[in-house]
Amino acid sequence: MTVRIDQTGCIGSGQCVLAAPDVFDQSDSSGLGLVLIAEPPAELLPGVRDAVDRCPAQVVSLEE
Amino acid sequence: MSEAAVCPVPHENRTHPLGAPAGFEEAISNGPVKMLWPNGVQAWVVSSYAGVRQVLSDSRFSANKEGAPEMRTEGEQILGLPQPGNMNVMDGDEHLRLRRPLSRAFMVKRLNEMRPRIQEIVDQHLDEMERRGEPADLVASVCLPVPSLVIAELLGVAPEHQALFQATAKEMLGKNGSKAEYEAKAAELGAVLAKVVDEKKASGSTDDLIGLMVNDTDFEMDELLMLAIGLLVAGHETTSNFFGLFTLTLFENPDQLAVLKRDPSRADVIVEELLRYTIGKLGGAGIARRALEDVEVDGVTIRAGDWVTVSSHANLDEQLCPHAGELDLERRAVPHLGFGFGPHQCLGANLARAELQILLRTLFTRFPNVRPAIPVAEMAFREDMITYGATAIPVVWS
Repeated sequence: MTVRIDQTGCIGSGQCVLAAPDVFDQSDSSGLGLVLIAEPPAELLPGVRDAVDRCPAQVVSLEE
Repeated sequence: MSEAAVCPVPHENRTHPLGAPAGFEEAISNGPVKMLWPNGVQAWVVSSYAGVRQVLSDSRFSANKEGAPEMRTEGEQILGLPQPGNMNVMDGDEHLRLRRPLSRAFMVKRLNEMRPRIQEIVDQHLDEMERRGEPADLVASVCLPVPSLVIAELLGVAPEHQALFQATAKEMLGKNGSKAEYEAKAAELGAVLAKVVDEKKASGSTDDLIGLMVNDTDFEMDELLMLAIGLLVAGHETTSNFFGLFTLTLFENPDQLAVLKRDPSRADVIVEELLRYTIGKLGGAGIARRALEDVEVDGVTIRAGDWVTVSSHANLDEQLCPHAGELDLERRAVPHLGFGFGPHQCLGANLARAELQILLRTLFTRFPNVRPAIPVAEMAFREDMITYGATAIPVVWS
């Protein structure tokens, strides 16, 4: 289970941070999404899936 | 379909002030439909959850309105195109170049830092409303001034210019404003902002949005001014209307208002459901895109060159959540389309969330008996503006 953000399309909306604050953050210098935990434990996966769904730029992915 | 249905005029034809224009829900019930707009353009209306997400995120649908003056907003028509700094009509990299640097000012953590200040502004306005006594107009006392002050602080503009922002916003969003009136207001605001820009240049500050644009982006001056004006307008008009509409929705659904009062700490989740439901119920078709090539959406082929608009009614689609047509404040937050979707999704969404959460929680905690002084159906709604909202919301609380 690997979480990724494709930075080329990220708009820095922060939806991933709202969905899973333990897994995602935003870069202070660019505002764009950052993955804090690339291999999150099972209990954080629902939030990650929510982030995948919510991301308006559709750049968050979870490879199962 | 061979004959285009006539699009009900948005805003002006609602049977209930919190419902869709008459005939709209029936017209869209069988999937994408071509409607004839009052401006003479035939445009598809897409209203399914999946369809709206597709139209707003697929790069084969363009936001560019060059060569199509009839599809521009009133403000865009008055100004003419191209407008440097109008992100709303840009695609791809051109759009990202302007949009991305702004995201820093709207980061979740940055807005969390702003919450105590937003709370303070809300408290001050509720104090003042209480001091003046009932009945009070919630729109004038709270809905309008709070978001206006908050966006001014986020941008880094002194609050004494607030009245000017509101007047300019009215000219920019009003449907009847003349070009001369609009230009006069925009010039006045531009002059104020130009001074602010000089101050930020001198100080080198990047603590607020204008400072950030001035000192840490490659934006040209005309882009920067247009962005600042756009953000000021967008930042106070929309949040202000929706706080009013949310309050009215709660007044009309007392069992749901009880859910908020029972546990105001859930204001974050409750705001998401109010965004989903209230915006969904208003329906109507807003944002327009143009197909760059043939694209299939919800089983119909949209031809290259066709206009497509999306309806917020998608928020009531059962694909999104069960019993989607009902307001259910006990529901977990679902990925609604209240702020749109795709690269143009509302830039200020997280700011609006913070403001709406604090406003709702504080209003109903501090005035648990707050209620409308006249029936909601008898209240006046602004139909002269592109954004929709109550003109006044008379309330009592004792």
